[in-house]
Amino acid sequence: MSLLNAKDLVIKFGGLTAVSGFNLNIGENELIGLIGPNGAGKTTVFNMLTGVYQPTSGEIEIMGEKTKGLKPYELTKKQIARTFQNIRLFKQLSVIDNVKISFNYKISYGLFNCIFRLPGYYKEEERILQKSRELLKVFGLLEKENELATNLPYGEQRKLEIVRALAAEPKILLLDEPAAGMNPQETTELMKLINWIKEEFKISILLIEHDMKLVMGICQRLVVLDHGQVLAEGTPEKIKKDPKVIKAYLGEEVAV
Amino acid sequence: MNKKFKSAFLILIPILLVFAVLQSLISFEILNNYYTQILIVICINIILAVGLNMIIGFTGQLALGHAGFMSVGGYAAAILTLKLHLPFPIVLLAGGLVAALFGLIIGIPTLRLKGDYLAISTLGFGEIIRVLIINIDSLGGARGLAGIPKETNFAIVFFITVGIILIIRNLMTSSHGRAMLSVREDEIAAEAMGINTTKYKIMAFVMAAFFAGIAGGLYAHYFMFLDPKSFDFLKSTEILTFVVLGGMGSISGSALAATVLTILPEALRPIAEYRMVIYSASLILLMIFRPQGLLGTKELSSLKIFNFRKNNLMKVKKGGTKDVAA
Repeated sequence: MSLLNAKDLVIKFGGLTAVSGFNLNIGENELIGLIGPNGAGKTTVFNMLTGVYQPTSGEIEIMGEKTKGLKPYELTKKQIARTFQNIRLFKQLSVIDNVKISFNYKISYGLFNCIFRLPGYYKEEERILQKSRELLKVFGLLEKENELATNLPYGEQRKLEIVRALAAEPKILLLDEPAAGMNPQETTELMKLINWIKEEFKISILLIEHDMKLVMGICQRLVVLDHGQVLAEGTPEKIKKDPKVIKAYLGEEVAV
Repeated sequence: MNKKFKSAFLILIPILLVFAVLQSLISFEILNNYYTQILIVICINIILAVGLNMIIGFTGQLALGHAGFMSVGGYAAAILTLKLHLPFPIVLLAGGLVAALFGLIIGIPTLRLKGDYLAISTLGFGEIIRVLIINIDSLGGARGLAGIPKETNFAIVFFITVGIILIIRNLMTSSHGRAMLSVREDEIAAEAMGINTTKYKIMAFVMAAFFAGIAGGLYAHYFMFLDPKSFDFLKSTEILTFVVLGGMGSISGSALAATVLTILPEALRPIAEYRMVIYSASLILLMIFRPQGLLGTKELSSLKIFNFRKNNLMKVKKGGTKDVAA
């Protein structure tokens, strides 16, 4: 079954066509890489899929439902979550609060319950706390649950962003350059982590990345964007040998 | 259950103690009318400050027309008392609700704006409310509205203030409170994590307007007179000063600053001509040496003080046994 289906997406900003004729089909438990040179429109695609931008034409279906006109927070309910290219944590909040916020959209108590501290409030808060802690523990961040997000080292901030996105319990996770700014060793660890997340949480992951070692190593399928258009699509082996991709993005000598 | 009971106990006991002391001082006329009036104004200012702190400190939206909501609540409550002779609690609640309605009407269009633009548009709305009141003759116009019966006393103001602080505190330690904080921290990320940012901005705005309306009703029924001039831009700035100086995002900070800044000008009355100089100089100094405000984003609470002491005692004990072992 296809989780997400994007058909003929076009987005224009004034006279500029940023992305045109973009098609993508994400099935269950897939790991897909979206690559391409800077300015190719990769993040724009992410923004269309998550409702930040409305495509000028074309359609997006998530689990068979059209998402036209839905705001980003409404798309979270359709089980799609994302991270950002330039980390966007809630910097002045604690690590655990960053994670807890993702549970807000399906909170079971209302204003009345929380103002008068009825049992419903305590029960739900306890549940959220336990779930947040479980997630933090899995990612080795539990010892830092009370630290401010801004005080975490860079790599852990990236990790926390992934934890926060997973806390929203998505079926599709979009990662925007998760390895940006990481050293080779951290990147290798991240590679393993992403693969593990896919298997453990049984979700599909779409990731934008410039690190070819990471992308070629873990993705089952790659989509190459250039000047807002899909240049090629297929398995990493196929993409590696595609002359158009080599010319536009990889360069003549592929160092992978 | 026991723990919950204990924490409720630790919150209620200090509150009741403070009330008992102040109320008996007033009852035995150790504090005269002048001091009682200062106490009541402090409480009204605390309500205004903790309310505005919800918008500015927690949700991160710079709104500048808070005195407008106070005047709406004040006038609505006064008119209901004068024309319909309704009981005081109902009048207060109605004043708050009318102010909340204004908050909703003003909030929906203006909260689409950000930063400076929001500040200027809310400032404009605050002024519009004032000018409207001046031009409505049945509200007394520029002469003001007189003859409001005195219903407010210290006990009423005190418990309403405490109630509002507790409501805000309970809200801020819930998922809804965290959602408001996330709007302040990063609106785009909040939207992506499933937070309806518009809803939470309007929620904070309407609740703050509601509390300001109640403060207006209390004010009207204490001073027995409403003057549109007293709800001008300067009053809004004064409330903003409480929030900034107390530490944006701290309920106790806002309350503390409202208290200090209400007492300070009164305490300086003996040196009349230098009064405002010292007042403003202390504001400037505080902002230079403590730009995050008196309490920053931290909270003072009897619970924490209690836990802090307990933890320290435990540390001392642990340290002690170590020494023995060594």
